[in-house]
Order: sequence, then structure tokens, then C-alpha cells
Amino acid sequence: MQQKLLSLRHVGKTFSANIEALRDMSLTVAEGDFLSLLGPSGCGKSTALRLIAGLSDPTTGQIAWHGDQTDHSIGFVFQEPTLMPWATVERNVWLPFRLTGKSFSSVQDTIRESLALVGLENFAESYPRELSGGMKMRVSIARALATNPRIILMDEPFAALDEINRFRLNNDLLKLREKLGCTIIFVTHSVFESVFLSNRIAVMAARPGRVIRELEIGAPYPRDERFRTSADYVVHCRTTSEALQESMDGHD
Amino acid sequence: MQSESSSELQTATEDTGIYIVDDEERRRLLRRRIERISKWCLPAIVLLLTVWYWDRIVHWNEIPHYILPSPGRVISTLLADWPILLDALLITLQITCLALAVAVIGGAGLAILFTQSRFIQMSLFPYAVILQVTPIVAIAPLIFIYVESKIAGLLICAWIVAFFPILSNTTLGLNSTDHNLRDLFRIYGASRWQQLLHLQIPTALPYFLGGLRIAGGLALIGAVVAEYVAGTGGIGSGLAFTILEAGYRLNIPRMFAALLLIAGTGVMIFTVLSLLSHLLLHKWHESAIKRDS
Repeated sequence: MQQKLLSLRHVGKTFSANIEALRDMSLTVAEGDFLSLLGPSGCGKSTALRLIAGLSDPTTGQIAWHGDQTDHSIGFVFQEPTLMPWATVERNVWLPFRLTGKSFSSVQDTIRESLALVGLENFAESYPRELSGGMKMRVSIARALATNPRIILMDEPFAALDEINRFRLNNDLLKLREKLGCTIIFVTHSVFESVFLSNRIAVMAARPGRVIRELEIGAPYPRDERFRTSADYVVHCRTTSEALQESMDGHD
Repeated sequence: MQSESSSELQTATEDTGIYIVDDEERRRLLRRRIERISKWCLPAIVLLLTVWYWDRIVHWNEIPHYILPSPGRVISTLLADWPILLDALLITLQITCLALAVAVIGGAGLAILFTQSRFIQMSLFPYAVILQVTPIVAIAPLIFIYVESKIAGLLICAWIVAFFPILSNTTLGLNSTDHNLRDLFRIYGASRWQQLLHLQIPTALPYFLGGLRIAGGLALIGAVVAEYVAGTGGIGSGLAFTILEAGYRLNIPRMFAALLLIAGTGVMIFTVLSLLSHLLLHKWHESAIKRDS
């Protein structure tokens, strides 16, 4: 039985001008989950992620952490790499440590390890402008992993990349998860990406944003390129597509 | 046949490492080279022609030097009067640099204060604008009534003129942080101070340096204008007063020589500040990267 990590209980979020971004959203995340929030744009996926990250507070309901109450550590990966252009790659990865008062030299090894995990150990002293889009995203992932957080939140991290790079990063992300056993909530609007990556998918509908269906993707990890062309994958994609279609019916 | 020769070309390239360029590329390279040379040569030619024509006009029309001196006479006056001019230059330079330093501290400091508190910004910003839009020549006489020290008066005038571009640019820069990075700082529990130090100030640096380059020129203008208004002679007078005084004595060559020094000082300030900007930004900022390539 997996340990529960995080619960959203009847969470609602209303912005000013009466825009209801989320209504009555309930969701439980277990340790080691790779949960995708899948839905059309405007369905509140990113809002849900921001609430979990503590960047804003829910209007109704609550978000509860289970287990160790002192550790709400989070890694966040945005759609853009979100690197500081004035700092080298290693100094960018240093950021979360720096903000908790750790000197660069005291965490240099951790930073190097984290960069090695994403295959960028040779680019530690490069500036972001010298890297390609995919490499910048890897730095962003390395930064999120470096502090070994309890949960990593990813907000459509690969949406801006070309397909070849996206597939590569999908594969690498699964390898990293295998190695580190981290818990991930992944926001995406791609059925194929969500099925390939996750063991659970929460399909969301818009106006107001809510979870309308939860799907289990039972295919065992590790998954690799072969999974992408397997019959199992196709079946999961169809089921997920249908659920997504359902979520959009009556809205467009 | 065609493909054969092209593959031959390719082997040659690989073997010898010689970079083969086609006609279009060659023309492009040539054009770039011409442009690079012209950038320096054309202004130099314009300068030479102007100076030559100036010299000829003086010569042909036999204009006396107390009406229009020849370029040669200006240069010889510059050399002959060098001790006087150097003293004046140092005074002007001192006022300008001090004013610029105070403008940096005042402008950037006020900008930081503004981003820390919207209420302070609301209270003070209109007055910063009023100070900026009121001509310094109109304010200066009042300042010299109430400020005893002439140097302090000059400094205040130069500061009023110079601080605004730094204030407005730095404020803009401090408010231009990437919103995702701001969120990231919040997620990692950054304090206000950490956010200012590690996020806002680095973001604002290019904006600040842009403001600084404008302020450098303005500080010089402020110093010179204030000195005209102050109009006091004797010890401790800068280049502006040298020009005034030389005018009263119909020493036109010295007026030109002093003017030359003021223009040179302005160019030097701009160059130094551009260099500083390049040194601080060339590794990461777009504006400086383009200059590199």
C-alpha cells in the first residue's frame, strides 16, 4: 500500500470578477505517484498546481500534506526553463540552496550530481544563452531535483519543445523517476504524453475546472520507446482521449 | 558531372580544412568588411574636410583670430593655455563625477525604495518628475541663493539633471523580473531581501546601465550649465567659467579650446560608461552578445 502524500479536499478557487477556476476538486497523491493533470486549456490545471505549490490559497476546501508535516519541499518546473540569464548553469541549480543560506562550495557536489543526472555535467559553467531549448529545460529539471523535494510539480514543461526533444525528455524523465523514486504531478494537454509518463491521469473539464475522471495506467515501469508503439499504449490513449472528449462536450 | 565536382570540393574542404565560400557569401563578407572600415573612416574624413574647410575660410577671407580663429590656432592655444585649462577641466570633471556618483546613489536608492513600497513611490514620484521637467537654468539661481558653498550648489544642480534617467530606468528594471522566477523564489521561501538581491537587482542591471549612460552626459551638462548660472570667478572655476571669462576678453581661441575639452570630456564619459556596461553584461545579456558576434 502506497503512503499518502498529499490530498486536495473539495478545493475551489474563484478569482475576482467571479471567474471560477476550480470547483470542488478532490484528489489524492501517493508517494511515488506520477500523476498527470490532463485537460483543455482553461480547465484550471495550472491553477491547481499553483495551489499545491502554495503560490495562492484555495477559496474553499483545503490542501493537506500527510506524513512529515515539517517538510513541504517542492520542486517546480515551468513551461519556460525559467533560468536566471546572468548566472551560469551551476549557479542556477544552486538557487534553491542559496535561498536557504547554503554556500556554493558546500553543495557543489550535489549540484554536479544533479547536472550529471540530466546529462549536463559538462555544461556547468555555461550561461543559459549558450544552451538549446531542450538543454535549458534539463537545467530546470536538475534544479527541481537537486534539493530532493517531496514532490515535483511540472507545468507543461515540454510543451514548447519540438517532438524529437519532447520524446527524449519524456524518456529521460521516466529514467530519472525510476532512479530517484520521486513523486511527480505533471500538467499537460497531450493525451500521448500523459499516457506514456503517468501511472494515474486526472482528466479535467473547464468552466468551472474540476476532475471528471481518474484513470489508472497499469502498464509497468520502466517504460521505453517500445511502449509508445505497443497495443497497450494505444488502448490507454483511446480511453484517455474519450475521457478528454467527454470533458469538452458541451463546452465548444 | 556536377555532383562529382561538388563531392570533390567537399573532400578538399575536409582534407585541407579550407573554408570554401560561394559568390554570394564572398560578396556578403566583402560588404561586411567595407562596412567595418567605413564606420571609422567616414567620420574621420568628414572631420578632416570640415577642419580643412574651416582653415581655408579663415585663410581666404583673412578673418582675424578674435572673430574666428583657425583650427591650428585653437590647437596651439590649447597647448599654450594647458595649465589653466587643465585646472578648469579637473574642476568640471570633479563636479561631474561627484554629481554622477550622487545620482547613482540617489537614483538607484530611490528606485529600490519605490519597489519596496508602492506608497513611497506614489508619494514621491510626481516630485521627481517635476524636478526633471523644470529647466535647471530656472532652478539654479535659487539654489545659489540658499547654498553657501559654490561646489555644493554646482553638485546639486548637476545631480538634479542627472538622477532622473537612473531613477526611472532602474525602477523599470526592478519591476521587470520574470514572473515565473518570482514564483520560484516564493516557492523556495525567499525573503524580500533575497528577492531584491538575487532577482530584482540583477534583472535591473542592464536598465540601470542604460540610465547611467544617459546620466553621465547629463551630469556634465548640469555641471556646465550650473557654472554659467553661478558665474563666480576666481579659484575653483571650471571649463564653463573659462569660456565665459575668455568671451569677456575676446580670447576666442581659448573659448574654442575649452569647448573642445568639454566635448572631449563628454565623449570620454560616454566611452567609459559604455565599456563598464559591456564588461558587466557581455557574458549574458542580449544587447552585449550582439556586439560580440
